[in-house]
Amino acid sequence: MNVHARKFNDAARRQTADLRQRDWIQTALSGYYARRDEFKNRFQSWSGARDAAAAIKWEAVNHLDRYLDEFASRLEARGARVFWAPDARAARDYVVGVARQHKVRSIIKSKSMTAEEIHLNDALEQAGFEVVESDLGEYIVQLRREPPYHIVFPAMHLTRQQISDLFHDRLGSEPTDNPEDLTMIARRVMRRKYCEADMGISGANFAVAETGMISITENEGNARLTTSLPKIHVAIVGIEKVLPKLSDLALFLPMLATAGAGQPITCYNTLYGGPRQPGEADGPEEFHVVLLDNRRTELLADAEQREALHCIRCGACLNVCPIFKNVGGHSYGTTYQGPIGSVITPHLRGLLDWKHLSQASSLCGACTETCPVKINLHHHLLHNRRNAVRARPARLEKLLQAGFVFMMCRPQVYEWVGWMGRLAQPLQRLVRGTILDPLRAWTRTRSFPPLAEKSFRQLWQERKIP
Amino acid sequence: MTNREIVLGRIREALETAPPHPAFHDDSTGTSPLPASPQSWLPRVGRTLEERIELFRRNAEDLKAEFHVCAGPAEAIQHVKNLASAGGWKKIGRHSGALTDPVARELGLAEVRTDGGYAVNDLESCDAGLTECEALVAQTGSVLVSAPGAGGRALSVLPPHHVVLARRSQMVPDLGAALQHMQEKFKGKFPSFFSFISGPSRTGDIERILVLGAHGPKKLTILLLP
Repeated sequence: MNVHARKFNDAARRQTADLRQRDWIQTALSGYYARRDEFKNRFQSWSGARDAAAAIKWEAVNHLDRYLDEFASRLEARGARVFWAPDARAARDYVVGVARQHKVRSIIKSKSMTAEEIHLNDALEQAGFEVVESDLGEYIVQLRREPPYHIVFPAMHLTRQQISDLFHDRLGSEPTDNPEDLTMIARRVMRRKYCEADMGISGANFAVAETGMISITENEGNARLTTSLPKIHVAIVGIEKVLPKLSDLALFLPMLATAGAGQPITCYNTLYGGPRQPGEADGPEEFHVVLLDNRRTELLADAEQREALHCIRCGACLNVCPIFKNVGGHSYGTTYQGPIGSVITPHLRGLLDWKHLSQASSLCGACTETCPVKINLHHHLLHNRRNAVRARPARLEKLLQAGFVFMMCRPQVYEWVGWMGRLAQPLQRLVRGTILDPLRAWTRTRSFPPLAEKSFRQLWQERKIP
Repeated sequence: MTNREIVLGRIREALETAPPHPAFHDDSTGTSPLPASPQSWLPRVGRTLEERIELFRRNAEDLKAEFHVCAGPAEAIQHVKNLASAGGWKKIGRHSGALTDPVARELGLAEVRTDGGYAVNDLESCDAGLTECEALVAQTGSVLVSAPGAGGRALSVLPPHHVVLARRSQMVPDLGAALQHMQEKFKGKFPSFFSFISGPSRTGDIERILVLGAHGPKKLTILLLP
């Protein structure tokens, strides 16, 4: 077992034993389920909308070269600078370079999972720049020096009490158990930052090829301020974010809101097509778009799993996943948690290091059923399992399977094994769940069904035929 | 080789493997579900303008925005005056426009005009931002603002109260119609910014409890003029 798998198992074991935390996550999500269903029902056909969304992303991803080229060319025509980053290092170096070149003093950042993926904040801080997360949830986890718990709700694991204590310790604010007061504390801190910052960093939810624009979806207004006031705006965009047409947003914006957060529409859906244009009142002097590959093309090359690039990062699959709800977001040790993270992380960070995530599934299919772009998530987990075994055959498992086949093909052996089992059973009971128990992996947390005193074959033979 | 060529080269190489059929794993009939228009799946919008205004009102109120239909400019002016005295406004931010000019004149408060540039701290200290818009979207209760049509990027998000003045003719049925309106109006020469605003700024990041006024306006008022 590799280090990542061991860490995952340890963390998952700890978290699943924490019943209070599990209750807390369930409570936090219960409102989401009700609102998601309410707004799904307002659609004339949610399933038709999913079909259409899947088809649009399929078109975009399977003609990615053409649409990306169009996207970049149109942006550049309006004065934006597009940087193509083959890997995380190139992207980090570019952003640090822009910050250095302009001698920026403070950087404000809105939520971006792509920036998390490339550890942009660490790189900027190491280069001596201060970066402040402006999304409330991200700001909270930044103050706690921990990664986001969930790709959409970064601080969902924390109670108001914990947040109040955190603000008291780090910002010197008065303790309060009122979420509104806590929000206003962050608002006041952030207001100063927006006005002072000379560089704003954002992600993007969609990249519209037809018009050369990025689209950012948010509720708080922090991304709008981040991209309005500083003189430089840098957006980190995964290459798979492309949509062919502007009109596609008419479908994707409400679907993202409903699937992701149980809202009919998110508060701000904003399109950015360049730096401040002649005649405009404000906006950045420079607009940089970093198009990030970082092994997405390897996933693209796998035709079978290519559709995992359709993901719009709504987080719906996390919210319904029984594994996520029990092990929690931090156990994964990945940027992207839950089913989609388990599918794509082995591609982005190495199959053999992250194959254990494919087992972090009950294969119930709740993720596949809820995905607004119809990614066949639980099947891709099976694909990853198969690919992992192909890459490194599991010899012990193979031997066991061969033994099983040997036994099942030979009635005498089968009978003998059953007989041995019945003999061994009382002995196993003495050591059940302890280190001496050969069935420990199972019996540590579960009971093992007892073997019947007589086998079916025995009963059948003894049966008097009338 | 440039980075652009490297990444595009990788993509083209990856796409050489034929893609599986878009519906290869599901139970649909296998016909392409590519839509002519998404209107048939999205929430209904009503047929007449009156129905759409009513739908907009319901949606906007659900989003905690205030929506008021004004009989004429005089009523709009009176409404904004009431907001100003109730909110104790001392200074407003605004841009010049056919709808904003008369209201601001009657209001007679100190103002920061964003047309052609402004000082950030000046705008930040305003009590309200007064703007026009590109369209109102009945289906979602959203206001579509653009950089040239609403005094830039920050005016509609920095002051704590955003007041929008719109005309009845700006009511469109859905997001698709609003986006089409932008494409026809700007014909490829797009502004650098446009945004669908759906209610006042909000967050649910603390215990998933709704709080208004996270970073943007705590209040959004939409006044519909003839």
